[in-house]
Amino acid sequence: MSSRRSRSRQQSGVSRISDDQIADLVSKLQQLIPEIRNRRSDKVSASKVLQETCNYIRNLHREVDDLSERLAELLENTDSDSAQAAIIRSLLM
Amino acid sequence: MASPSISNSEANSNRPRDSKRKKRRKTGADAPTGPATNIDRSRWKTESEQQVYSSKLVDALRRRPAAASPESFPVPVRGRAVRETADQVLAVAAKGRTRWSRAILTSRLRLMNNLSRNHKKHRKVRFTGDIRSRKPAVRKTLPPLQRKVRVLGRLVPGCRKLSFPNLLEEATDYIAALEMQVRAMTALTGLLTGAAAPFDRLGSGLS
Repeated sequence: MSSRRSRSRQQSGVSRISDDQIADLVSKLQQLIPEIRNRRSDKVSASKVLQETCNYIRNLHREVDDLSERLAELLENTDSDSAQAAIIRSLLM
Repeated sequence: MASPSISNSEANSNRPRDSKRKKRRKTGADAPTGPATNIDRSRWKTESEQQVYSSKLVDALRRRPAAASPESFPVPVRGRAVRETADQVLAVAAKGRTRWSRAILTSRLRLMNNLSRNHKKHRKVRFTGDIRSRKPAVRKTLPPLQRKVRVLGRLVPGCRKLSFPNLLEEATDYIAALEMQVRAMTALTGLLTGAAAPFDRLGSGLS
């Protein structure tokens, strides 16, 4: 994947990424995923980390979608009364 | 303006403060120690960042007719509009420093141009090069690891053709931003639920 000749955005000095670099980046990613962080095992494979990352992002997307729908329902009631909007604003600041 | 020795030392010191002014970050050629040190990710965790995002989101949602007018659109469509607004405000909050945020902002511009011109031809035009020369339909049996990397590239906006280190860097920032988005929207929902309930009771009591 990294050996493909790409135009201008890729790193010009590095054509192949070393395994060490990959392992290092994957371990950094590992720290972010709560699934893996809470399991307290150091021997998580790169494949597992990537899989959990994808799952985690998908879960986050789904949560945002659900929240968006709920917000959409709630907002239709809020806009009809400007006093509510003022309350929200004062609570947020 | 600056002598060559000074500009060289600026390029070599990867201080996060300077990353705002440095334009060379985009090529990625100036990061010998690793690309992940330039972006300050902890700001997504600060309370102030979340509050700024919440207030901007409320402003944007009040301005959007699709999200605020219940008569013309059903709930799922309005939910979609809220999601897009939330993503755009999030992308703006990233201040254009990351690829995913820029991709979100430009994809909306492209969509708006298409709608105004009534042109569906260019909908799938991408940033990186000619799409005809890189058809993803070629089914190579990639090793499972690379397949997962590809899936990850599809999940993070604007990062399909990124190299592995850059992709991980973008994904890290994107995850932190998404977490903040969820926290902010959850708080906002709670706020609105709490604000709506007493008013409803008042209204039904008075009538």
